[in-house]
Amino acid sequence: MAVASKLIENNFRMNRLPHIWCPGCGHGIIMRGIAEAIEKLGYDKQKVCIISGIGCSSRAPGYMDFNTLHTTHGRALAFATGVKLANPDLKVIVISGDGDATAIGGNHLIHAARRNIDITTIIFNNNIYGMTGGQYSPTTPHGELGTTAPYGNVDNVFDICRLAEGAGATYVARGTVYHAKQLEKNIENALENKGFSIVEGISICPTYYGRKNRKGDAAEMMMNLKDTTLDKKVAAKLPPEKVEGKLIIGEFVNKTYPEFCEEYHKVVDKFMKED
Amino acid sequence: MVSKNVKLMQGNEACVEGALAAGMKFFAGYPITPSTEIAELSAQKLPRVGGKFIQMEDEIAGMAATIGGALAGLKSMTATSGPGFSLKQENIGYAMLTEIPCVIVDVQRGGPSTGLPTAPSQSDVMQAKWGTHGDHPVIALTPSSIRETYDLTIQAFNFAEKYRTPVFLMLDEIIGHMREKIEIPDPSDIEIFDRVTPEENEKGSYKAYDNSLEVPKMAAFGEGFRFHVTGLMHDEFGFPKNDTKVTEVLMSRIMGKIDNNLDDIILYDEYYTEDMDLLILSYGGTARSVLSAVREAQRAGKKVGVFKAKTLWPFPEKRVKELSKTVNKIIVAEMNLGQYFYEVDRVAGKNCEVSLLGKANGEPITPTEVLNKIEEVL
Ligand SMILES: Cc1ncc(C[n+]2csc(CCOP(=O)(O)OP(=O)(O)O)c2C)c(N)n1
Ligand code: SF4
Ligand SMILES: [Mg+2]
Repeated sequence: MAVASKLIENNFRMNRLPHIWCPGCGHGIIMRGIAEAIEKLGYDKQKVCIISGIGCSSRAPGYMDFNTLHTTHGRALAFATGVKLANPDLKVIVISGDGDATAIGGNHLIHAARRNIDITTIIFNNNIYGMTGGQYSPTTPHGELGTTAPYGNVDNVFDICRLAEGAGATYVARGTVYHAKQLEKNIENALENKGFSIVEGISICPTYYGRKNRKGDAAEMMMNLKDTTLDKKVAAKLPPEKVEGKLIIGEFVNKTYPEFCEEYHKVVDKFMKED
Repeated sequence: MVSKNVKLMQGNEACVEGALAAGMKFFAGYPITPSTEIAELSAQKLPRVGGKFIQMEDEIAGMAATIGGALAGLKSMTATSGPGFSLKQENIGYAMLTEIPCVIVDVQRGGPSTGLPTAPSQSDVMQAKWGTHGDHPVIALTPSSIRETYDLTIQAFNFAEKYRTPVFLMLDEIIGHMREKIEIPDPSDIEIFDRVTPEENEKGSYKAYDNSLEVPKMAAFGEGFRFHVTGLMHDEFGFPKNDTKVTEVLMSRIMGKIDNNLDDIILYDEYYTEDMDLLILSYGGTARSVLSAVREAQRAGKKVGVFKAKTLWPFPEKRVKELSKTVNKIIVAEMNLGQYFYEVDRVAGKNCEVSLLGKANGEPITPTEVLNKIEEVL
């Protein structure tokens, strides 16, 4: 057996691998990015808590050697809010899919952002419901195919980053599994923000989304991510016609604002003393 | 002179006081009549004892955050009424399978749907038992006075901690909103059970779901045990296993930890049951009308006894069966159209005649109605 890298040995449950994901699935790249960022920041793994909902993406915490919680579909952020408020010393990370975070869990997403509770949310966005076999999600582009959109999706998409910004998130970034290093840097910055942080990681699902929409194999889908995205800083220097139709990646929000648990603790400090 | 510990208190308030006495440090919920005072008082009192309160965006989130608080090591509670109880059900099942101690209060109101928000009912009795999908262990307690609300809230926390399971406290609007004199017991007279936690030397080998124990030890996140929790069927370390044997062992342990301890969990009171022709079985707010009617019937020389369930689930099967052999008739009095009635009839129906005094129009069952029913069947 090949010797695993130090990164894998230090951060993963070796006896839980290999993972369940299909060959070519993009989710593993984001999971690795999270481990890289945690390792780089030198967090105490006893104090890191990774929480997910249900979906292919939400299986990631089971492989990761931290305090891990695989919850119900869409509810990871609500569980995470309880964990974080009960023990603010924990570094709480939420892993969620596009369906998990923005369809069934959309309400929890906007409210966690509004509270600016110190939770880092990483959304593995493959534009489809992978686990249930390729139904359209709130990020499946208009006109694309899914098993429940056999004639083309008539729904519109969420822009997850703008949604999170509008709801009050204090760190917002988008990256892709093609731009793995940059994505990892976004995750690192998100983890360092004291407040609600969100990183939308554009992933690929060759098995369902790719096959259904004739996007080619995993390698072609990766190249497609390269060709259809533009870095925010690069885009800023280009004429509008060169930017049109491209998905912008990069950091959109990175600001400071009072954090929920700290604000709550001010109340505790004040009223505990008075009694 | 009135002792300092005698107070006039509402049921919902007694619930919060009992919870604090039991060690509640975390509450997450969403307001709904007639349970709202429980959230309001928790919001007021928890920060004063170093605890946490959060109003979530809905009841689903309230249940999820309550479980999260418990996993982070705090004694946690949520409170709701029928519509919110329905919303919580998926995560309640999650807590049952993952063995998370917490208390869920349901102050029952008239249903279905939005129903009668301010009227009493006992129509969530079967929802407490079967509301979440799949087979699952259930403990549900129900008080019929303010002092009993205080005591059973403590009991609910103790059972949750002892058996590592969510516990329901089923109030009804009568008990939740009624004010009554209550003597608060001295803290030294209250027995408190705290969850059994793993030892320091179990780090690295800790099994969060150790099947050699009836109730596995529970570590909190952040204490150095790094375990996994999932709502999928899981092995002793908490990792998902799609395996019939693993499922069988896990299911039989989580059902068994309740089924093997019925004598500890099943609580009830009996009145005049030594010598009776007729037994009335009731619980919660309705039991008050039943008791007052039965006292009057007794004065008139009628041999009527009362069985008042304090533990609704697991069903007090053994005792009800015994009693059913000593009477000709049983009346089940409840503010619904016959929920507990079916369970009583299942157990007692072969031994005697079981009939229902049910009501679901938003009004409590009155002592007169109980007396009329006694006349009718005797
Ligand atoms: C309450 C509930 N509804 C539906 C499901 C079925 N379900 C499981 S995963 C999933 C979609 C997951 O999609 P996404 O979040 O995008 O994750 P992916 O699998 O694509 O990574 C659905 C609908 C469920 N488990 N629970
Ligand atoms: S179905 Fe799609 S998302 Fe799920 S593991 Fe396979 S490739 Fe990945
Ligand atoms: Mg998806």
